[in-house]
Amino acid sequence: MSAPATPRKPKVNRLELPVLDYRGGKTTLCAGCGHNSISERIISSYWEMGVDQTQVIKMSGIGCSSKSPAYFLNQSHGFNSVHGRMPSVTTGALLANKTLSALGVTGDGDTASIGIGQFVHLMRRNVPMVYIIEDNGCYGLTKGQFSATADMGSVLKSGVVNELPPIDTCTLAIQLGATYVGRSFSGDKKQLEAVIKGAMAHKGTAMIDVISPCVTFNDHKGSTKSYEYVKENVEPLQEIGFVPHFDEIHLDEEAKPGEVREVTLHDGSHLLLKQLDADYDPSDRLNAMHMLETSAAEGHLLTGIFYVNTEKPDFLELLNLADDPLATLPQERMRPPASALAEVMEELS
Amino acid sequence: MATIDASPLGAPASNPQHEIVNDFSIQVATVNGSGSQSANLILLRSLFQMGIPVSGKNLFPSNIAGLPTWYTIRTNKRGFIGRKKEIDLVVAMNPETAQEDVMNLDSGAAAVYDAKLNLNELRSDVVFYPVPFDELVAPVCPIPKLRKLVRNIIYDGVLAFLLGIEMEEIKNAVYKQFASKPKAADMNWAAAQAGYDWAAENVAKQDPLRVERMNANEGKIIIEGNSAAALGCVFNGVSVVTWYPITPSSSLAETIADYARRFRLDEDGKATFAVVQAEDELASIGMALGAGWAGARSMTTTAGPGISLMNEFIGLGYFAEIPVVLFDVQRMGPSTGLPTRTSQGDLVSCAMASHGDTRHPVLIPATPEECFTMAGEAFDLAEELQTPVFVLLDLDLGMNYWMSPKFEHPTEPFKRGKVLTAEDLERLGGFSRYEDVDGDGVPYRTLPGTPHSKAAYFTRGTGHTIHATYSEREDDWVNNIDRLARKFETARKMVSPPVIEKTDGAKIGIIACGTSHFAVEEAQDQLAREHDIQTSYCRVRAYPISQEVADFIDEHDRVYIVDQNRDGQLGQLIRMDYPGFDPAKLRSIRYYGGMPLDARTVTDDLVKQESR
Repeated sequence: MSAPATPRKPKVNRLELPVLDYRGGKTTLCAGCGHNSISERIISSYWEMGVDQTQVIKMSGIGCSSKSPAYFLNQSHGFNSVHGRMPSVTTGALLANKTLSALGVTGDGDTASIGIGQFVHLMRRNVPMVYIIEDNGCYGLTKGQFSATADMGSVLKSGVVNELPPIDTCTLAIQLGATYVGRSFSGDKKQLEAVIKGAMAHKGTAMIDVISPCVTFNDHKGSTKSYEYVKENVEPLQEIGFVPHFDEIHLDEEAKPGEVREVTLHDGSHLLLKQLDADYDPSDRLNAMHMLETSAAEGHLLTGIFYVNTEKPDFLELLNLADDPLATLPQERMRPPASALAEVMEELS
Repeated sequence: MATIDASPLGAPASNPQHEIVNDFSIQVATVNGSGSQSANLILLRSLFQMGIPVSGKNLFPSNIAGLPTWYTIRTNKRGFIGRKKEIDLVVAMNPETAQEDVMNLDSGAAAVYDAKLNLNELRSDVVFYPVPFDELVAPVCPIPKLRKLVRNIIYDGVLAFLLGIEMEEIKNAVYKQFASKPKAADMNWAAAQAGYDWAAENVAKQDPLRVERMNANEGKIIIEGNSAAALGCVFNGVSVVTWYPITPSSSLAETIADYARRFRLDEDGKATFAVVQAEDELASIGMALGAGWAGARSMTTTAGPGISLMNEFIGLGYFAEIPVVLFDVQRMGPSTGLPTRTSQGDLVSCAMASHGDTRHPVLIPATPEECFTMAGEAFDLAEELQTPVFVLLDLDLGMNYWMSPKFEHPTEPFKRGKVLTAEDLERLGGFSRYEDVDGDGVPYRTLPGTPHSKAAYFTRGTGHTIHATYSEREDDWVNNIDRLARKFETARKMVSPPVIEKTDGAKIGIIACGTSHFAVEEAQDQLAREHDIQTSYCRVRAYPISQEVADFIDEHDRVYIVDQNRDGQLGQLIRMDYPGFDPAKLRSIRYYGGMPLDARTVTDDLVKQESR
């Protein structure tokens, strides 16, 4: 008889928690859906970063993408709100409690079609949150109609061709004032995790457009959001390294000085952006927009971190809010004294 | 009013026996943007300071400058300060409307007007007082571009002479009005004096109207309903206000911001509130809901068109059970409608906002004092019931100045509802978000950020189990929606009860809500004095309709429900909650012309229906 096998202790993070604790309910999305891969990246990013889930809110609108917060971070409060209006709900929640970390998950219909108005004002306000667009260029939950990010010339199963130009959410976000803007691909595990972790360490709106093919309605020949198309046309801008603030920084030995840009994020973490092409400055807005336009015109799907601004104050800072969450302030700080009311009554009498 | 003998200009003053003291209406007709608002408020305030019951109503266009505007001041020694249709004295300053303003007067009324308009040629049965405003304004106002503004103060001086308003009170009112601008105060006071002095030398009083000092306003203030509601919010712990500008509600949010900046800063200067102007009403209610979900006392302000836009979110708030307060200052709809006219047209659309089976508590203040107290009640109710709660003002209440008793500093602790802390969760070992533990239909909730692994739940507008997990099961759905109905019955016992004033032997009852109150209480007096009809009165203050209202209907032979809308919406809500009443018993009096309701309209309609 062999000795009883001691069960292997699961790997834990800084909070002594196994990755299992960061999972959610079983996904009900289609097998092979890019959104499930993104959920996996969210789980591993939040676990590896040792985030206290109870201080996270996971927010969404309506659609396939917006269902996904039920499939990760079970110990975080979640809010599956109304179509296209997750930005306002998240803004409100953060007004009530500015100490929360907000993660918003949305789709291309939820953001670029019905939600474009709220998207615009969220970026403009620089509300501190991670905003992930799970972008498949179509409406999955209503069976495949085009969204506003569908590429011109892409074809529905029924043969209908999209004749309208797509909205580029990254260019728009940079123009409007978002302070961390990137694009990735649901199938690029390494890059996507680095981009998400960088977003988590950023203070301000971190907007990530993740191309996430819809296996059921938009993964056919002719679709510019199919796995095949993306794999053939993706063009990474940099190799992205992310060093959490609790790790030591060590530059890749092969990287030559000047090739690697180091960006220090608000919590002390570092982004290491190893340029693949020309020297690219992620703090240059105009250049970022120029590069996005150029690559789109050339038919390339550019991925990477296009823009980072660590200087601009976020929306909550501008409001000069009390340090403690407004939601739980004691009554004595919420009700002015009788003398204050008497003063007003005197003015009005 | 009693008519007087028409007297040509220059005739001797009327017999003092015909005097009408502290009981008349003045209407000032000016052009929007001409500074008349200051002049009118000074007039209103000086009468108030003389202790005379008074009200002021601004009838303004949906425009910033250039269109006609009217301001009506009513004094009434018995305290009836609702609108009175008949005008006793008009001040005709607007050339565009002056002829019509004079032609609309009853015989025997008086008109003060800009001399160059020659209005005295229009009729012979009105007392005319031509005033050379241009000549009077030049010496007191050396800067020509300010003269348009200052000339209005001159009529304050003229009226002070004609009506016997004490100049000392005019002076007090001028310096209160321009408290932060001493130079402007001096110039305006000089203009008022110039008007008075000119009138004293040149005018022979021929109308019977006069004021006399009273002592009716001891301990009272003058305030707009929107400001009263704003104070109610600031003193009852509002922490997040998200709003979008719309007439007639904008001043509510703006006044909250003003008072909060004065009284709601911590010692380190940081704010215990956030006021955010959103990009539209979809966002303002979204932010307010998000904030309520995360535990703030949150609110938004709007009017009917905003309510229409907010409907989807309101349904989410109802179904996901999120506290939030919505102030709707009603204006005349449908559609853009009459943006600067009053109405009670949003009763049904608020009570039942959004698709599917939805019901919402609605509080309906009638006075500034109730605007103040109901703001606090609304936050308590929203958090105790975990649902959107409406407070329905109307333009008349919200934007006009009203006399009010001083507000009392609230002493009751905030009622924050069933919120579980980390310690509670540790003790209980967890919780089910939508379980009816107490049998009142109201479940327990946790706030995001509660430091406990069992605190989280998933909020959604889709079907859910008691554990807040997704469900399309028939039984889960029905159980949940039935619990929400149970919760609404809990609300019925919690909302403000009606105010009932019974008259001995009265077989007729009147039911009204909101600003209809001022017309109804005067109509009761008219009905008794002029028609010997005794009435009892039930003022509804909330939806759901309390049992007391049904009892009131039971106790009377015929009940008239007064509504400021075409379709009798208060009546609809009462019939919906208590469907058993004989249709012939429940009658309806409706006015929907956009002006504040007046007593005569109620009296005439009721008498007509009684004589059928």
